[in-house]
Amino acid sequence: MREIMYRDAILEALDEEMARDDNVLLLGEDVAFIGGNFKTSVGLYEKYGDLRVKDTPISEAGFVGMGVGMALTGLRPIVELMFSDFLLIAADQVVNQMSKIRYMSGGQATVPMVIRAPIGAGRSSAAQHSQSLQAMVAHFPGMKVVLPSTAQEAKGLLKSAIRDDNPVIFFEHKMEYTNKFDIDDDVELIPIGKADVKRAGDDVTIVATSSQVMKSLKAADKLAADGISCEVIDLRSIVPLDRDAIIESVKKTGRLLIVDEAYERCGVGAEIAANVMEDVFYYLDAPIARIGTPNVPLPFSPALEFPIIPSEDKIIEKARALTVADA
Amino acid sequence: MVKKLAKKSFGGIYETMYKMRRFEEEVFEFYKKGLMPGLAHLYLGEEAVATGVCAALNDDDYIGSSHRGHGHLVARGARTDMMMAEILGKEGGYSRGKGGSMHIMAMDRGILGANGIVGGEIPIATGAAYSAVYRGTEQVAVSFFGDGATNEGTFHESVNMAAAWKLPCIYIIENNLYGISVDIRDVTNTRDLADRAKAYGIPGVVVDGMDVEAVYAAAAEAVDHARKGKGPTIVECKTYRWQGHHVGDPAVYRARRDADEKKDWMERCPVRAFRAKLIASGASEAAVAAIEGEVEREIQAAVKYAVDSPYPDASEAFDDVLIG
Ligand SMILES: Cc1ncc(C[n+]2csc(CCOP(=O)(O)OP(=O)(O)O)c2C)c(N)n1
Ligand SMILES: [Mg+2]
Repeated sequence: MREIMYRDAILEALDEEMARDDNVLLLGEDVAFIGGNFKTSVGLYEKYGDLRVKDTPISEAGFVGMGVGMALTGLRPIVELMFSDFLLIAADQVVNQMSKIRYMSGGQATVPMVIRAPIGAGRSSAAQHSQSLQAMVAHFPGMKVVLPSTAQEAKGLLKSAIRDDNPVIFFEHKMEYTNKFDIDDDVELIPIGKADVKRAGDDVTIVATSSQVMKSLKAADKLAADGISCEVIDLRSIVPLDRDAIIESVKKTGRLLIVDEAYERCGVGAEIAANVMEDVFYYLDAPIARIGTPNVPLPFSPALEFPIIPSEDKIIEKARALTVADA
Repeated sequence: MVKKLAKKSFGGIYETMYKMRRFEEEVFEFYKKGLMPGLAHLYLGEEAVATGVCAALNDDDYIGSSHRGHGHLVARGARTDMMMAEILGKEGGYSRGKGGSMHIMAMDRGILGANGIVGGEIPIATGAAYSAVYRGTEQVAVSFFGDGATNEGTFHESVNMAAAWKLPCIYIIENNLYGISVDIRDVTNTRDLADRAKAYGIPGVVVDGMDVEAVYAAAAEAVDHARKGKGPTIVECKTYRWQGHHVGDPAVYRARRDADEKKDWMERCPVRAFRAKLIASGASEAAVAAIEGEVEREIQAAVKYAVDSPYPDASEAFDDVLIG
């Protein structure tokens, strides 16, 4: 065990995978000379050179599309978007090209490519630099959607994403970059598509993604003091969705709260709720609850921003309400 | 130094052009008989462009193609039977019926795909060029697209990066005057679209896209430039499509400027013109007829293959989304 910042876990994963496989390269805005807007690639340019760590012009559609061309011709590009909001600039390349080419080619083509993109509010970055767009991309077929929670996940899942032969969107949470976590000395690959029970419990299942996992664990501590036992599941990816892990837990607890920072409307919570209703409706002891970002653009002022994003308090409140409803 | 198409390759060039022509005529027939699902954007009239460009390529080079892609694929040596089956949505198609006319890919021929999104393939071909540099090969990538696509951001973003990094990419503008019904001259102030090359500090060349030798010469020079590590070139080929935007488009917009526009261009038919060149170069009428007969046999076999091929099983809709 050792302590490490989330951003350094990402750096380690990039470094190790680039050292392991000459076909892995990193491109994006400001990734080379200054080592990334969030310092996730510091030193890689010096170590691997200009061809493998490439500062691009501010042309998201262009360089994401180039990543597709690289992936089709034998390379394994990692494309960094400075903010996940910029996925929308590159939307055609992500949605219509990267994730459909394999299918449209009848399986002739493979597109082993990772797009890394920071999500999350909490820095007064306002409406165009704070979004969590995982639900939007999960809507489309043809790409995996991965959301690491801790530094351990960030490293283990990123390494798996880079080795995956499918396109993967890897959403990093920008509020975690400088947070420290305990991680294994040698982090093993974490399989994509397997949720992780971060805390076992009997009364309420909390399914969470990314940063919300840590908030849920803190909330679960406090709820435990009140005699409410929460099972916290770190989803790790929403495509593929580990439906079995959720179903199994709900069968045990009978209560479900879903916490994901994407906009709530048509969001991750809605999708999981529908899955649970289809499969194990009769096991439920209370209505399913969800916490997301309400459908307003992310505001700038902390006085407006913090009240609308998911929080430990909201998790405690909703989880408690689930058990009260039962009483 | 101007590269000229060698006389000994004239027969092969004519064969390719004639094959494209016949292929498209048969696609049109399928459409008229109601046997083709969806639409197809025919390459009839533009044969000299793909033929001339691809004649300048090596076997392991890459091409990216557009919605009007059949000609590019034929020129790259894709199998006409599998192309035809794909266009009919059959199991024997390149993509087992999942792509259709606008998405035919033949990865084994370096064909990174026709593409339904105007301008969508330009960065992809550019990435393939980066990949060639990265892997230290001599390969180049060619990106084929229309006049309309040059007004997409992806065109400018891609050319800018290729120029900045001296990537071996050749951008072929097939300027057939129209993007669906919109006359390029009504929406763009640049008369020669290749002039845009100046903005990126790279060569921009305008050629007669009805003349396969002229196209070849320009493409060969651009390929040579790219292989030497000197970066990309924009080649604008002035051409014209015989049919409307897609099969079934009556193309009423053409006569707006000039009632004889279509007739004038058709008089410059690139296939007929090159056939005459071939004869003038010394080929006998019988030798040319033999080429045509061989092409006809291939096309008829492709038609039969496509018709005979079964439709894919409905369950196949779920295959090839993700690996594993
Ligand atoms: C991004 C995008 N916008 C619009 C369309 C609809 N569309 C298909 S082909 C076409 C015209 C393209 O013109 P051009 O690039 O000149 O190619 P041409 O058809 O003339 O060969 C349009 C507008 C599309 N497929 N993709
Ligand atoms: Mg056009």
